[in-house]
Amino acid sequence: MYAQMVKTEAKRVRSLDEMEPQERAFQERIDAGQKIEPKEWMPEDYRKTLIRQISQHAHSEIVGQLPEGNWITRAPTLERKAILLAKVQDEAGHGLYLYCAAETLGISRDQMYEQLHSGKAKYSSIFNYPTLSWADIGAIGWLVDGAAIMNQVPLQRCSYGPYARAMVRICKEESFHQRQGFDIMTVLSKGTPEQKAMAQDALDRWWWPSLMMFGPSDDASVHSAQSMAWKIKQNSNDELRQKFVDQTVPQAKYLGLTVPDPALKWNEAKGGHDFGEPDWTEFFAVISGEGPCNHERLEARRKAWNDGAWFRDGLTAHASKQAARRQAARIAAE
Amino acid sequence: MSAVGLSPAVAEFALRMGDNCLILGHRNSEWCGHAPALEEDIALANTALDLIGQTQLWLGLACEAEGKGRRPDEIAFLRDVSGYRNLLLVEQPNGDFGRTLMRQYLFDAWHLPLLKALMGSADKRIAEIAEKASKEVAYHLERSADLVVRLGDGTAESHTRMQAAVDFLWPYTGEMFLADALDEELVAAGLAPEPGSLKAAWQEHVTRTFAEATLKAPEKSFAQKGGRRGVHSEHLGYILAEMQFLQRAYPGASW
Repeated sequence: MYAQMVKTEAKRVRSLDEMEPQERAFQERIDAGQKIEPKEWMPEDYRKTLIRQISQHAHSEIVGQLPEGNWITRAPTLERKAILLAKVQDEAGHGLYLYCAAETLGISRDQMYEQLHSGKAKYSSIFNYPTLSWADIGAIGWLVDGAAIMNQVPLQRCSYGPYARAMVRICKEESFHQRQGFDIMTVLSKGTPEQKAMAQDALDRWWWPSLMMFGPSDDASVHSAQSMAWKIKQNSNDELRQKFVDQTVPQAKYLGLTVPDPALKWNEAKGGHDFGEPDWTEFFAVISGEGPCNHERLEARRKAWNDGAWFRDGLTAHASKQAARRQAARIAAE
Repeated sequence: MSAVGLSPAVAEFALRMGDNCLILGHRNSEWCGHAPALEEDIALANTALDLIGQTQLWLGLACEAEGKGRRPDEIAFLRDVSGYRNLLLVEQPNGDFGRTLMRQYLFDAWHLPLLKALMGSADKRIAEIAEKASKEVAYHLERSADLVVRLGDGTAESHTRMQAAVDFLWPYTGEMFLADALDEELVAAGLAPEPGSLKAAWQEHVTRTFAEATLKAPEKSFAQKGGRRGVHSEHLGYILAEMQFLQRAYPGASW
């Protein structure tokens, strides 16, 4: 996951008959379920949309290290500490695959960082919420990674080959993280009254932000329609959100926890749950930079980048020196 | 005293080993998400994870050799500063990324030869842990030495920072080679090497690496010491306050 509200340049989705021959051939390949590879022709808007989406996804993995990293030094047991470290390491690895996938579309990692640091590129709204207790680490694994998987599993069939292949690797690890998160919640829910209260409080705070991870209802949006026509996106936001609620509610019940939604009710006729509306005013505030931790998160990333300039420059300078030395040795040998 | 089974000396030695790994792993993990490059975030988390894994093994051995039925989490999360046995070097604050790397290098260059020597320990459990850990630590040393060279011989700024890191950390290196009564007992029983015997290999590695990195080791050889008998710097109390918070605030809970 972690790519919400990705804009395309489309005003409306055009039919095959309205397309130039090259674009039409491209669309026909997509319709036939073929993968698009980096060196092939693609419409400029397809390229731009994918760069937006994949980089947003990569940035989310990187920024997502921060709320969880916040609890590594306070993890309650050696085993929990090790598991959390491994998870944060995996996330950095996911960021790396995704930046590499985006680079195949002709943008550099440094350019993407610049867009993140300047606020031009977005990352998932979820990481702008604070981790206030150990239970939040469980809730993030369970709910946030759960929502991410819901969104990412279909992306394994995305039309752009490098992105689809990155997703295959990432999904395996995410499922593992989700199980670990659920395990933390299980232990807390069966623990002392204080631990159970901690678990409920975490669910209360993470439930709605997790539902917002699927983005606003956008069945009518031209961006979504175009992304679906290109098979960059396979399901609507609402479809995925419904699936997530239906999967998660029984898990909450199993834990003995209450989902903080008075409107939540099983609907026999549709074979799914009815549920309330997330606070979309809050959602738009968070994605435009006004969530609880937006400033801290971006500041932490900018600081890491700026403080690390000497380190990167040092490595670059050493590499040039080594190259020059090898060159000199070659000349001397001749 | 049998080489395998209950042994206060083995228990105390395993605490020293485990505490070094725990505290250094903790320090490294403070960098998560804040490193100067994504690759460094991954490498540092990986190193921290290895060290926490080694902590579990050593503290597990400490509990076993102590024979009081305690668990590794109890001794990690419920001992206070004076009960901790780590070197002062590993509890030093991260500082800039250069200081973090230098601390890692100075430790790795000692840790690897120590583990290699421990692979021949008369206690099978020590030898087994050392063998497993030495594979990970060989990688740690390769990485930290490589970065010390690149940054020492990089730009003027990276050189200055790495030299400052050496100057700051040097007084904490001597403690690695000092022996006390416990060491004498361990040496006599063939359980662990004499700490001073590790100095030559360490010195040789550091001299070679610093030459390549164009760095200078300080000439002063005064050693700050005390960590191995529980007399620490002011930093450890803060590390433990943070690390032990949940276990202290919710006594007896399982996590």
